[in-house]
Amino acid sequence: MSAAVGTSSASEVQERTITVWQDRVRIRVLSKGRGPSLVFFHGPWGLTWDPFLDELAQHFTVHAPEHPGTTPDAHDDVYHLDGLWDLVLCYDELMTALGIKSAVMVGHSFGGMVACELAAAYPDRTRRQALIAPLGFWRDPDRIVNWMMLEPGELRRHIFRDPECDAARQMFPRSDGHEAGAAAARVRMVWAMGTTGKFIWPIPDKGLKKRIHRVASPTLLVWGGEDRLISPVYAEEFAGRLRDARVQIVGDAGHAPHLEQPATVARVVREFLSQ
Amino acid sequence: MKISAFHLMPYRELPEDFEKRYESVWVTPPWWELADARRVGQYYNWTLDELTYAAKCGFDGVCTNEHHQNAYGFMPSPNLMGSVLARATNGTDVAIVQMGATLPTSNPPLRVAEEYAMLDCISGGRLVAGLPLGSPMDVNLCYGITPMEHRERYREAFALTLKAWQAREVFAWNGRYCQLATVNLWPRPIQQPHPPIWVPGSGSVSTFDFAVEHDVCYCFLSYSGARSAKTMMDAYWRVVAEKGRDLNPYRAGFLQLVVVAESDARAEEKFARHVEYFYHKCLHVPAMWFSPPGNQDYRSLVASMANPVRRAENPKNLRYRDFVDKGYVIAGSPATVRDRLKEEVIKGLHVGNLMVLLQIGSMPHELALENIELFGREVLPGLRPVWDDEGWVNHWWPERLRQRAQPSMAAAAGGA
Repeated sequence: MSAAVGTSSASEVQERTITVWQDRVRIRVLSKGRGPSLVFFHGPWGLTWDPFLDELAQHFTVHAPEHPGTTPDAHDDVYHLDGLWDLVLCYDELMTALGIKSAVMVGHSFGGMVACELAAAYPDRTRRQALIAPLGFWRDPDRIVNWMMLEPGELRRHIFRDPECDAARQMFPRSDGHEAGAAAARVRMVWAMGTTGKFIWPIPDKGLKKRIHRVASPTLLVWGGEDRLISPVYAEEFAGRLRDARVQIVGDAGHAPHLEQPATVARVVREFLSQ
Repeated sequence: MKISAFHLMPYRELPEDFEKRYESVWVTPPWWELADARRVGQYYNWTLDELTYAAKCGFDGVCTNEHHQNAYGFMPSPNLMGSVLARATNGTDVAIVQMGATLPTSNPPLRVAEEYAMLDCISGGRLVAGLPLGSPMDVNLCYGITPMEHRERYREAFALTLKAWQAREVFAWNGRYCQLATVNLWPRPIQQPHPPIWVPGSGSVSTFDFAVEHDVCYCFLSYSGARSAKTMMDAYWRVVAEKGRDLNPYRAGFLQLVVVAESDARAEEKFARHVEYFYHKCLHVPAMWFSPPGNQDYRSLVASMANPVRRAENPKNLRYRDFVDKGYVIAGSPATVRDRLKEEVIKGLHVGNLMVLLQIGSMPHELALENIELFGREVLPGLRPVWDDEGWVNHWWPERLRQRAQPSMAAAAGGA
């Protein structure tokens, strides 16, 4: 394993790239804050440092890795991984490289599933976890919308309760006058969906139901009350299978409550993780 | 020149308002609302009759292809159709062109090698082995293959297929996507070292590279004619030249929709509504479905976002005359059709293996037979010699059929 370190002075977010998996997979990690370690796993649309992470960084040392393939200039590294098991092992190696024996974990959507898989594979690594609208299960009556096949406008309406909110505008920049910028944003998003989609296509149930009993840590499930991508009924699916779980439904939020209601979600997550 | 009759096997009686009422003709069209199994049985038999009739009318080959959950073409197993055709055309010089069984969705992909070997044996060495990558709708959406693995799975399966046909010893295949400890194909194809291979594509640059590197025939299966294909096919020929291959026109195949009648006006009367049915209903698929995230590699994704191919016009806004003017369909009298095919398609794209779609959309059986018969009688003979004076050898055609100069059977009178 090797690491390259850099800092971004504007936001005080430290940036380093750690190489795992026989030096074949480069993962950039954004870090900020002080206090106990918190690892954040992002969703299917790529990692952006946001107000929610800033809020958590006031109480924790937040480490946010990019899923394999989503790190700039390391797009093809994801081809070295064959499936979810490889991905979980990569993250185990990454934790070791970060010097983290155990930490509190937070994950959103696909990242929530990754956090939960990691907690099932290595129960001692995760002290507490907060999962925000995680993937991982499938209920026939409550089909999860395949976000990868939605037109950008539709996708935006499925991620956000209010598709005109600031976070939505940031994730889907307008093209007016900045065609190149908008195209780059679209490339980044499509590639992030493709690389994360590699581990869950065509149905995001990859056997967590067989493994979730191994999770030892208390778990908070945070769900937007108006999640149009993954119905909030899945919160009960998780809670019913975990030994120690609590559900928090967030009003006025869709599939990204931490982006639509960052202060509220950061508060409940921080309070839960600090217990 | 080799000219084959292609068939999609469409549902011929979709409702008038199909494209307004339903999301897509592919993946999600509701069977119970739209289709009837007895009627479909009739369609399969008509399809086989139409292709068998084409064989009798002097065509060089008959083509079937694979699609899934698709109301415009539902031969989920083209090899079932191909085996009927192989049997029905025994004793003739007609090639069985399978365009074909899709490797990434066959499990294990060895199954394709086996079935093609069967077809080659049944047909007496008349098989053309199409080895398509498969569309995202079929492979990713219907058959659940992860988009990011689609091309890798294809390449591995392609290599396995070639080795399985040719290996003299039993071998083990320890692949990334397929592990087989004892590969020992029964039967092997008659054609040695293996049947000619065609790789159909829809213009992806990585498929050009693959086709040229493996020295196979690249087939552009287009529904929008030669004019819109020109840039694409020019790019293909550039790759051929760059990689040091000769510009043998038989390295390229092209699919063209054709309707032919006694006169241009008569062609419009007979076929206009069937052509419009095809473009308005049969191609009704959400644009996003053609490119699931991960299906394109990163470099191709960046390239296509930076230089988006100008969005093709929406065929739903076009009518018969537009389709004809733009060359989506080549239509008219035998002379008109022959001249346009020769100039725009054969010479224009430098194509030696032409496929023509003669049963289009809602076209009824009798009309399809008329179209096939007239094409075979009045158009085909004038096109067959196009490349003869240049002396190219069609290495991508069954060897014993290459020299065929004229129809082996008299054009059948009296229908199929």
